[in-house]
Amino acid sequence: MLRDVDLSGYEKVTAKNIPWEKFITSGHRACQGCAEVLAMGMVMKAAGPETIVCNATGCMEIITSPFPQSAWTVPWLHVAFENAAAVASGVESATRALERKGKLKKRPKIIAFAGDGGTADIGLQALSGALERGHDFVYVCLDNEAYMNTGIQRSSSTPYGAMTTTSPPGKKSIGQRTWKKNMAMIAAAHEIPYVATASPAYHLDLFNKVKKALAVEGPAYLHIFATCPTGWRSDPAKSVELCRLAVQSKVFPLYEVVGGQYIITQKVKKPKPVTDYFKLQRRFRHLTPDAVEYIQSRVDEEYARLEAFEKATAPLEEVAEPPTEG
Amino acid sequence: MGKRVGLEVSLAVAEAVKLANVDVVSAYPITPQTHIVEELSVYVASGELDAEFIPVESEHSAMSAALGAAAAGARVYTATASQGLALMHEILFIVSGMRMPMVMTVANRALSAPISIWNDHGDIMAERDIGWIQIFAENGQEALDLTLCAFKIAEDKRVLLPMIVNIDGFTLSHVIEPVIIPDHAEVDAFLPPYQPVLKLDTQNPVTFGPVGVPEVYTEARKQLEQAVIGAKPVVDEVLAGFGAAFDRQYKLVEQNGKIGAKTLFVTMGSLGETCMTAVDELMAEGQDAGQTRIRLWRPFPEEEFLAACAGAEKLVVIDRALSPGAVCGPVASELKSLFYGRPGAPEIINVIAGLGGRDVTVREFKEMFALAGSGKLSGNYMMWGVESHAS
Repeated sequence: MLRDVDLSGYEKVTAKNIPWEKFITSGHRACQGCAEVLAMGMVMKAAGPETIVCNATGCMEIITSPFPQSAWTVPWLHVAFENAAAVASGVESATRALERKGKLKKRPKIIAFAGDGGTADIGLQALSGALERGHDFVYVCLDNEAYMNTGIQRSSSTPYGAMTTTSPPGKKSIGQRTWKKNMAMIAAAHEIPYVATASPAYHLDLFNKVKKALAVEGPAYLHIFATCPTGWRSDPAKSVELCRLAVQSKVFPLYEVVGGQYIITQKVKKPKPVTDYFKLQRRFRHLTPDAVEYIQSRVDEEYARLEAFEKATAPLEEVAEPPTEG
Repeated sequence: MGKRVGLEVSLAVAEAVKLANVDVVSAYPITPQTHIVEELSVYVASGELDAEFIPVESEHSAMSAALGAAAAGARVYTATASQGLALMHEILFIVSGMRMPMVMTVANRALSAPISIWNDHGDIMAERDIGWIQIFAENGQEALDLTLCAFKIAEDKRVLLPMIVNIDGFTLSHVIEPVIIPDHAEVDAFLPPYQPVLKLDTQNPVTFGPVGVPEVYTEARKQLEQAVIGAKPVVDEVLAGFGAAFDRQYKLVEQNGKIGAKTLFVTMGSLGETCMTAVDELMAEGQDAGQTRIRLWRPFPEEEFLAACAGAEKLVVIDRALSPGAVCGPVASELKSLFYGRPGAPEIINVIAGLGGRDVTVREFKEMFALAGSGKLSGNYMMWGVESHAS
């Protein structure tokens, strides 16, 4: 490890101790097959009741809080689109001050949720500030790869070639012209204690990453992949399958960065072709074989790079023991 | 009974914030008020103030973090000016809409372009409708005292609103003035610890910031409007209580010069003190001159203002902000609305002056008075002191 990270408070989740209690009640207004609310619910199950949630504007905010109803059974605060990390900074600082002054028994956990637009685009500055300042909170980006709440507009997290309402394919365009912004590595570049990617298709992996993110002192960043059947034009029944295929095709690798050390948590030994993942969605249907070939080669390249990172940041075999006292 | 010292007004405001025992200060550097938050960071670093200082990466985040901290039950302070206030704009509405008490100093400064670090009221006049209580200080003592009062007003359970204390950038913020700093014990007696009505509490979970569908949005805004209007008697009460405790009296609207004068200047902020000197000189010259100073700007103190202007035939309203393309300046616009249709309403003469740090001198106030008296200040408004080099 490049830096020591104290994970002593981390409790491993296995099939035997899966958290069941829900903190987002049923009856919310998410679309059928929404993997985003599935992922958010999983994060909350792992987090537990002693948690304050700061939610950016977006699908998750509107589907859970139409006044006078609320799906939340934990304290929840929504302010605006681009500032979930800044709001969480304020909540965290307040709980710190109030605990020190004896006005709060124990600081609760603090989780900020935002979508990919609220994270990689409009919220990037506030996120970077909060990570750099070292607030003790977990930031969760729920990435469904476009501005779904406003009607499927492209974000910087939309994958190359994808059709959205502002990256339509046409004679002069392939669709989304840019490669997906690598938010998890941008977060990791802040040298915070813990960064991970996760997927609701790999629930134990996800639960454990939430537990680790909450266990570390200081900021943690989770980037969670989430199918949006409405925006991806996919079958709602296949949302979890799509989440799994994204991992199996190396399109969305699952890894963590613990104190600077990259660890791939789901090794893809026999990768499926990206076409297996693409063919269940209409947003990629216009892609030409050339475009698919380019995407496949870049996906392979990116995965190889990730493996290289893992190798490069692995602990050295022979680390000199620090001198003992006396 | 406190101590009298010579102190830069920014530092006097920082003293007030320290005396208020704030829990969280969230701030971003901006000219001309950074001395306030610089000083607060020193107090936090030295342990004189037990608070969290969040050195945020933008004014937008300053206000967002302040809101988060207030929602968590902390007493919160921030300060800004001009471009920074403009960047906060979006969140300012949310803070009041969510009824989060907090106090912010705005060291009023012109908005770009051209970029200007100097004083006028263009920044705050662009924020008239944010639903915050807004008050203007005229001098250093007032800046300190009103900051203390602001916490008490904002946190009052009949109010629960954020509050802005406006101080003129540089003219006040960077000027050393004699200031009485109250004792901590006196302030503690005046300002009890903050007891939030609702907060983010895992033992009593609440949902803050839900979606307001058309069936509830109007009602929510009505509640905010009622809270802002209803704050006026509380402001009055707190200022009176402050007067009783500290022997310094502040009213929502102040009068100066001849009471019942036919021509009154109307001012807000530090220009009021220069104007006061002009009015004194005019009176000494036998002129029928007076002055009304607006201290509370939101909620606008209608009855108090009308009473202070009783008998006046002409109001020379000084606006330190320009609203391009509007009928007149923002303060004059407010007053024209107030007087419209009232029998015996005075003529309202609007002078836009003191933009971007331009001085307005005693002599110039007297010139305005003469022009107003001779009927030469007519039309919707006049921009004072515009130099033209066109041939």
